[in-house]
Parts: sequence; structure tokens; C-alpha cells
Amino acid sequence: MFSAFLIDAAYFVAAFLFLYGLKRMASPVTARSGIVVAGGGMLVAVVAAFLYGFDVSPRAEAHLGTNLFLLILALGLGTGWAWFSGKRVAMTDMPQMVALYNGMGGGAAAAIAATELLSGNALAHGVVVTVLAILGGLIGAVALSGSLIAWAKLDGRMNKTWRLAKHQYVNACLLGGALFIGAIISVMAIAGAADTPVLLIMLFFAVALALGVLLTTPIGGADMPVVISLYNAFTGLAVAFEGFVLQNPAMIIAGTVVGSAGTLLTLMMAKAMNRQVSNIIFSDFGGEDDGADGEIQGTMKSADASDAAIAMYYANKVIIVPGYGLAVAQAQHKLYEFVKLLQKQGVEVSFAIHPVAGRMPGHMNVLLAEAGVPYDIIFDLEDINEDFAQADVAIVLGANDVVNPAARTRKSSPIYGMPILNVDQARQAYVVKRGQGKGYSGVENELFFLDNTSMVYGDAQKVMVQMIEAVKSLG
Amino acid sequence: MDMSVTITGFVALYIFLLAAFAGYEIIGRVPAILHTPLMSGSNFIHGIVVVGAMWALLNAGSTLEQVIGFVGVLLGAGNAAGGYVVTERMLEMFKPTNKAPGADKE
Repeated sequence: MFSAFLIDAAYFVAAFLFLYGLKRMASPVTARSGIVVAGGGMLVAVVAAFLYGFDVSPRAEAHLGTNLFLLILALGLGTGWAWFSGKRVAMTDMPQMVALYNGMGGGAAAAIAATELLSGNALAHGVVVTVLAILGGLIGAVALSGSLIAWAKLDGRMNKTWRLAKHQYVNACLLGGALFIGAIISVMAIAGAADTPVLLIMLFFAVALALGVLLTTPIGGADMPVVISLYNAFTGLAVAFEGFVLQNPAMIIAGTVVGSAGTLLTLMMAKAMNRQVSNIIFSDFGGEDDGADGEIQGTMKSADASDAAIAMYYANKVIIVPGYGLAVAQAQHKLYEFVKLLQKQGVEVSFAIHPVAGRMPGHMNVLLAEAGVPYDIIFDLEDINEDFAQADVAIVLGANDVVNPAARTRKSSPIYGMPILNVDQARQAYVVKRGQGKGYSGVENELFFLDNTSMVYGDAQKVMVQMIEAVKSLG
Repeated sequence: MDMSVTITGFVALYIFLLAAFAGYEIIGRVPAILHTPLMSGSNFIHGIVVVGAMWALLNAGSTLEQVIGFVGVLLGAGNAAGGYVVTERMLEMFKPTNKAPGADKE
């Protein structure tokens, strides 16, 4: 019994450290220490969890040695693989790694549900516990398979959106089917069935996994960050439910905190993209612009990288709008080198970050921080949008939809209503782009056709090198 | 699970309620630049699921339960360790400004 007390005490410490760590993570100044604090909580909890070995159920006593061996093996393999892959992954690939690790957490919650249902523990504790185990298992399994699809899509392993005929109808059937099977399992618990319905439980998880896959396949890459955030919240909820099944307060608290925080984060992301979460899950991304507001007027002009560089060199105020194209070209280091040259000349340089720049809110800030850009010259949309009117030059690097004035004016456009950066109000705008393609949303960009906009075609990295050379030759 | 305190019915609801508000409040006041690290950080925190999987594996009484428990611990450990490393790498890069514009090391 003393081991149970120690475990309880350790979980209390862990829950405190999680909350305190998350709180510290919420400010840029203390964020770094926040994850270390939370990590300490995890370590305490995991070490304490070994004490479960002193007090196992009678039917598991004979297997204790084997189970302990399996436990250490699984911990070692899981930790080792994740540690190694997490250290190695490039910063631009972070979103899909978060998706992958999140799916693993959902899978672990589903696995707990499965063992609790199969061993009869959940059924023995009554109907409420059984229902929670089933719901947690359903949500966890959906988070697992859904996150894996999200990972495959963001990692470029699955490029097509894939949908069945009557896709939403099929999804509704799967969800209904999973709930129906879950209800049967619960009813058997009430009736006090002697045998564990192993096949039914297996079928239940198979249906739940299929649901996660089919929910995610029709969703396009642009919406994937919102989906990952949603599945993150799902996993939190599943962990909380399984925590109740296991009477584990650390899991209940940590899971619930993540469930609510993740839901809020999801809504904030969706709002920043001018999308509704229900639209993302249940319909496809925008149709074609039907041209109801008239064709776009004007022509695109192109300029050399050196012209753009020199214009910025002699400007007073320059605003840089970085997008995912910049990060893909790995040009953020060169960009900051260029910015330092401008600053040396006395040019006031600031970065304007759209809420969904990069692949997730805040992703672009991480990518700029990686290049060493100090965060006090990086501004959010609402803090800098007024300044574009005073800027001599605004330069857009690998961004498209987030600077499209159509979001303000063209009601027929799929991005209508999305907040955008007012690049069109700058005295001169340059757009660095690989080619003449459309943005992620598939919408033509009016900005490119304006009189005060010039296009600089080329890979962002090469363009930055040319700009640095042009400015250095001025000396 | 043998524990001195049993969490039932309304006690569980109260914990849900308070924890949900705590999560909402903590994230609600966060600047946008921290959204991605925080998503990753909260992803790490639900890695606590690993202790539940550890309990399940230690109490496994059949081969099927052992296999599922093993997978659960493997996945949970991956969630916790991966979430930690990725979050730490992101947050490591948040450093304050250099002294003055132009006065850089180069």
C-alpha cells in the first residue's frame, strides 16, 4: 500500500509540474524553462509508475517478470526512436513530426482502452467506466489513424486528397457503427456477461481506425495544421477518459488540460485562416472563383533581384513578409544576412507574420528564430498592418494567399474574409516567387497585377544571394 | 487499480471542469509566436498516457493483453520523448534581441 501512496504523491507533483511548465511555456521569456519543468514532471511520473510492479492484479502475478522485461524494452525502444527522430528532423518538418507523436499518444490511449476491455477490468468497474473506456478508445483510435494520414500528407508521402462516393455518408455510418458496437459492449457489461466479447472489441477498434483514416483523407494540405491541432485535442480527451478508467489523476488532469487547450488552439487557427472547423472536416476546400466580381485587371511586371535589393537599400522603412516558400528554399539564413546589411545602412526593417504563415500558427516565427532573427523585429498581423502605408518597400517571400487583396473585396473568392497583410498599401511591393503558380487555395492573386508590384522570379535562396551581392557591390 | 482515493462521479466532473478551464486560460493569453511550440508542448504533456500503458502492461494476464500493452507503452513513450525533444528544440531558439541593430558579431 505504501507504493500506492508514493505513486499518488508522484502524480500530484507531476500534475503540478505540467501545469506550471505549460504556464511558463506561454511566454517567450520563460518558454524554454517551461518544457524542462514539464519534462521533470514526466520523469517523476514514469519512475513512480514502475512501483505498480509491487501491486499487480492476481492474474498477472505469474507474468510479472515477462511484463517487466517487455515494459523496459518498450520504454527503451519508444524513447530511443522518438528521441533520435526528434533530434534529427528539420525545422520545416516539425508539423508532421508533431502529428506523428500525437498519433502515437492516441494509439497508447486506445491500447489502454483495449487492454481494459479485454481483461474485463473496465467491465468489472461498471457501466460508466466501460462507456468512458469505449469513448476514449474511439477518440484515441481516430486520433492515431487520422494523425498518421496527416503525417503522410504533410511529409509528401500522400499527395492526393482521396474521397469515396458519398464520403460523408460513409463516415457517418462508421461513426454510428462504432458507437453501436460500443453500446453493445456496454450493454453486455450491464447484463454481466460471463465472456469478454473479444471479437466485438476488435471490430470496434477496426471501425474506429477506419473512421480516422476516412475523416482525414479528403482534407487538403492547407487545412492540415488545423486538423493536427484538432487531433491533438482528441488525444488529450482520450487520455483523460482512460485516466478516469484507470483512476489515474495525472492522466485526467494532463489529458483534460490538453483537450481544452488544444480545442482553443484549433479554433484560433481556424479563425486565422477564415475557416470553420466543421467546414474543414465535412467539406472540401473552396471551389473555383466563378469570376462573378469581374476579371482581374492589369498585367504582371517582373524585376531583377538586384533592382529590388537596391530599392530596399535606399529605403527608410522595409517590411518583409515571409511565407512557407522561404522556409522550403531554406533561405531564412540568407534573408537575415541581407537584413543585417540593410540595418547597417540604417534601414528600419521589420518582419510581418501572418497568423498562418508557414504551416501552423507560429511556425514561421520558429523558422525565423532558427536563423537568429531577434523576435522584437517580428510583428503579428494586427501590430504591423497599419505600418504598410508608411513603408517604402514591402517584400513578399514565398507567400501568396495571405497577401491577396481579393480577401477584402471579392465576395466570390474562397478566401474572402480572411485577414490579410496590407502589402498592396506599401509604396512599392516586390514578390519573390518561384513561378507564376497560384497559392495553396488555388486563387489568382490580385496583388501581383497592381501597378506598384513587381515580381522577382526565382528560388528564394538564389534570389537572396543575388540581393546580398547587389548590396555588397554598392559597398 | 488500487489507490487510496477513488475518483468517482462528481469528483471526476469537478476535476474535468477545473482542468478544462486551466487549459483554456493558459493558452488563451499566449502570443501567436508560441502557438506551434505550445501545440507541441501540449502534445508532449498528453504523453503522460505512457504511465497508464505501463500499468496496463504490468497487469496484463494474457498474451493478447501483453502485446497490446507493449504497443501501448511503445507508443506512449514515443509520444512523451518525441514531444519533449521537438518542443525543446523549438523553444531553444527563442532568444532575446542582439544588442543593437548593426552591432552584430559579423
